[in-house]
Order: sequence, then structure tokens, then C-alpha cells
Amino acid sequence: MARLIEVNNLSYTYRSGSANKVQALNRITMEVHRGEILAITGQNGSGKSTLARHFNSLLIPTSGEVLVDGLSAADKKNIAAIRKMIGMVFQNPDNQLISSLVEEDIAFGPENLGLPAPEIKKRVDWALESLNITALRQASPNNLSEGQKQLVAIAGVLAMKPECIVLDEPTTHLDPRGRREVLDNILRLNREDGITIVLVTHFMQEVAHCDRMIIMEQGKIKMSGTPRELFRYPEKIRSFGLDSPVASKIADGLRKMGFNLPDDILLSEELADSLCQLL
Amino acid sequence: MSIIVENLCFSYKKGTPFEKKVLHDISLTVEDGEFLALIGPTQSGKTTLAQHFNALLIPHCGRVMVNEADTQDPNTDLVALRLQVGYVFQNPDYQLFAPTVGEDIAFGPLNQKLPRTVINDRVSEAMKIVNLVPEIFLNRDIYALSGGQKRRVAIAGVLACQPQIMILDDITAGLDPRGRDEILAVIRRLHREQNITIILISNSMDEAAEMADRIIVMNQGQITLEGKARAIFSHLDLLRSIGLELPESMNLVQQLQERGLAISSVPLNLDETIDLIAGSFRKGQGTT
Repeated sequence: MARLIEVNNLSYTYRSGSANKVQALNRITMEVHRGEILAITGQNGSGKSTLARHFNSLLIPTSGEVLVDGLSAADKKNIAAIRKMIGMVFQNPDNQLISSLVEEDIAFGPENLGLPAPEIKKRVDWALESLNITALRQASPNNLSEGQKQLVAIAGVLAMKPECIVLDEPTTHLDPRGRREVLDNILRLNREDGITIVLVTHFMQEVAHCDRMIIMEQGKIKMSGTPRELFRYPEKIRSFGLDSPVASKIADGLRKMGFNLPDDILLSEELADSLCQLL
Repeated sequence: MSIIVENLCFSYKKGTPFEKKVLHDISLTVEDGEFLALIGPTQSGKTTLAQHFNALLIPHCGRVMVNEADTQDPNTDLVALRLQVGYVFQNPDYQLFAPTVGEDIAFGPLNQKLPRTVINDRVSEAMKIVNLVPEIFLNRDIYALSGGQKRRVAIAGVLACQPQIMILDDITAGLDPRGRDEILAVIRRLHREQNITIILISNSMDEAAEMADRIIVMNQGQITLEGKARAIFSHLDLLRSIGLELPESMNLVQQLQERGLAISSVPLNLDETIDLIAGSFRKGQGTT
């Protein structure tokens, strides 16, 4: 697969040069492939958000390089082009929403691209529709639930028509229903619109749906591969402070009781299927 | 120390054209020493209700009695009441404001005008309970903390006031799996060993099922269900209809039931799920 983002030997230190500097990333090398949905996971403080913030030049490497579509993310003259390609959605939608009307908020990005009014309207319509929130068009973000706010924030990024959306723990402040709605929408944007997705999360239920995953610890990448490969090693996963998807854990428990189940089950539907085959 | 709520109602922006009624005629009792979970979808009124428990909000009608003191009574010492009923907010950024961890946790005891040595003891005690090593974190800048660490500082700050009741408002949101397990273990310990009454506000049914003795389910400003965990989870369709997501293990059991597996009970945790599935297979083998 073609590489959209390439990270070579990236290190990053917060407050570099001061007495209380913290090295957040330590010689990271990884890539994001075009069209994939990649999960970056790891404990709080492992460096996942710091890594993700390099993908659209919010942070500039202390050393090493980040290339987005071949452009160096450290070079100031590339930043506008990179931010057009890579959209960013943050943990707390309140930090992202600025207007008093949902549609104005979503139009903000396209307006800044200097697009003509009819095109802006078209994009706002499309973004609202893509996320099934057309009904919220005239609402004030203040009156929305956290889940709805996060969908509006994603719509605002979507309206920029980015090639890739980086979502930094987008479901952390959502209730389980909102979390599922956001996840379903992210998956759909990837599968139907071909948008590359980088999902920073520590919900293993979300990771289970991704094409590939990276596990970070103390600023380093400890494991990478498909969820199906990695969740076969639940003890290893736990040693990084993470967990396995619920269906994997139940399948594991049943296997220990002598059930003849595959060792790479991730989703409830798969477990139900496998169990029914044993009947 | 108990909390009694009688016919409570409350509106935001009362008296304006934007008035929004959020609590309708709520009555409930929180018993001394119990572990209660308050669950419900977003905007069901959980937080608004809980903020009445330590007089952060005052009822518009009905009343709230905390340890026999009416929160509307001008003679009630609300400062003392808020020390006894600690509130840990959902977003630690709303709770933390001092520059360093140690100063933030010391804020409550400092306002109680305790001697410095007592304050220091309370701070390091509270830090140990939430697994923050004082030697490492005491002078750490709040802004240099991760989300999970901030949350632990917020809990420690409330603990340092030595409350009898703790209201924990969705405190595991944003924590990684280990951090979540650790915090839940801390909460269990507070309840069991220090006998602190716990009111856990959560939108995660998993958490409520795992942790609480009793559950109150809220929807649209009213109490929809109330009872022991297992009784609550026999109403799966009702819970789903008000916008709650069922725990993954309950979803799995339902899928298996739909495919004809004889599972009669609702699992409250993973071990129960595994046992229930294994049990239904054993029964199946017995009859064929």
C-alpha cells in the first residue's frame, strides 16, 4: 500500500532545554498507509497523542522527520498543504467548536479555504449527511450532547475534504451509545469514502475494528500488526497496561475450559458464530 | 450519614424563555455506607441530581436532606457539608487549578485551617491511595500530567478532606484499561476499608454491574428503574430503549439466546458470562 505518512526516527521532547523537560517520543519509525484505518494505542502518557500531533504539524520534531505525502512536516511552507490533507479531531469537542450554529461551525474550515459560497454549502450539506446529523444543522453546539458535539467536530473536519482524519481519543468523553455512533461513522468514512483514518484510542472494542494497530509505551512503539495477530497474546497486551476486547477474553476463558475455539476471535459476532458451530 | 431526596425538581435558566426542566419530582434515599450507581444516558439528569447531594445546586421544589440538614435551610453550614460530601467532577480540568499536584491536593485541608503537618500527612496519604508516589508527583506541574494522572489528583484532592460520602462523576472516562482498573480498585477499597459511602455516576453499564450494590437508572430527569444490579439487568430492552448500550458480554449472551442456546440468566461480569455459556453447553450435551 502507498504510504501517506512516513515517520523516521522521530523524537520529541516537551520543554526541551529546560530543567523539567520530558521526552515524549523516542526514535519512532512508522507509517500510515493510504486508505487504512490505523489504531494507535497505549497507556495514558505513552506518547500516542504526541505522535498523532506530528501528523499535521501541530508539533515539530525535536529530531527525526515526518513526511506527509512526501512533504516534510517541519517545513513551514508545507504546513498549509499538510493541514488540508490531514484533518484533526480532538478529545474534547468543546475545544474544537467555535460558532453558535452547527452549520456555521462546519462551514468555518471551507470558508478559510477560500471556496465559493455554493461549494461551501454543498460541503456542509454533504458533511452533515455523511454523519447523519442534518437535523442538527440549525442547533447551537451548546445544546448538543457530547456525542453530537463530537460528530459536529468530525463534520467540520470532513467538510475540508481531507485525505486523512486523525482522531485523538474522540470517544473519551462520550457515553457508550455516542461512542458506538462515532465509531460506526468513522468506519463508514473509511470504507465508503476511502478516507484514511488514524484513531488514537484505548478502547479495545474500537481497536478490534481497525486494519492495523500500534502499541506505544514510554514514547516507543512496542508492538505493531493487525489486531487479529496481536490480541493472540493477551498477557503481552496486558503488560502494556492495555486489555483485550471482551469477546477475546470470553473466548480465552472458554478455551481454557476445553472449548475448541479459534485463538484470534475479536468480535462478539465471531464468537457467537464459532460457538454455534460447536453445537 | 444518609441523603434523603423528596420530590426534587430543578430547571436550568429558570425564569427565562430558555428554561429547561431537568429533574422532575425525584425521591430517593442514599443509605449510609452503601455503594450506589446512578446510570442513564447523556443528559438524563444524573449530574444535576448528584450536584444537589452536596448543595452545589439547591432544589427549586422539594428538598434534599444531608445527614438531616436541609440544603435550603440558611442555617445549614454548606462549607462543612461539602467537606463531608466530596464531589469528583467528570472533567479533572474543572477541578484542578493549583500549579502543582501537592498544592492542589492540599487546597481542601488548607481551607479547613488544619496544621501544616496534618495537611502534609493527608496529602501524602491521599496520594498513596490513588497510586501517585509522593516523591515523584508531589511537586509535578499539573499541566505536565496525563489525563489519567489528573483524574487521580482530583480524587486525591477530595480524599484529603476526609469525606464520608464521595460522589464520583464518570471518573473512568479517558482512562486506559489499567488506569481504569486501578481507579475502580481504589474506589472499592475506599468503600470497604474506609467505609465511605460511594455514589458512582456512570454511563457505562459494565461499571455499574461490576461495582454497585444498588443501581438507579435515570432517563429524562426521572427515575426509570431502581434496584439490585441483577434485577435492573433483567430489563435489557427497556435499558436499550432509553439509549443505554448493553455491556458487550450481555450482547453476546443475547445473540446466543437468539440462536437457540439455553441461557436463562444475565451475566454481571466476564467470569459469569464464561460460566453461563459453558453451563448451557454442558446442559445441551446432557440432553442430546
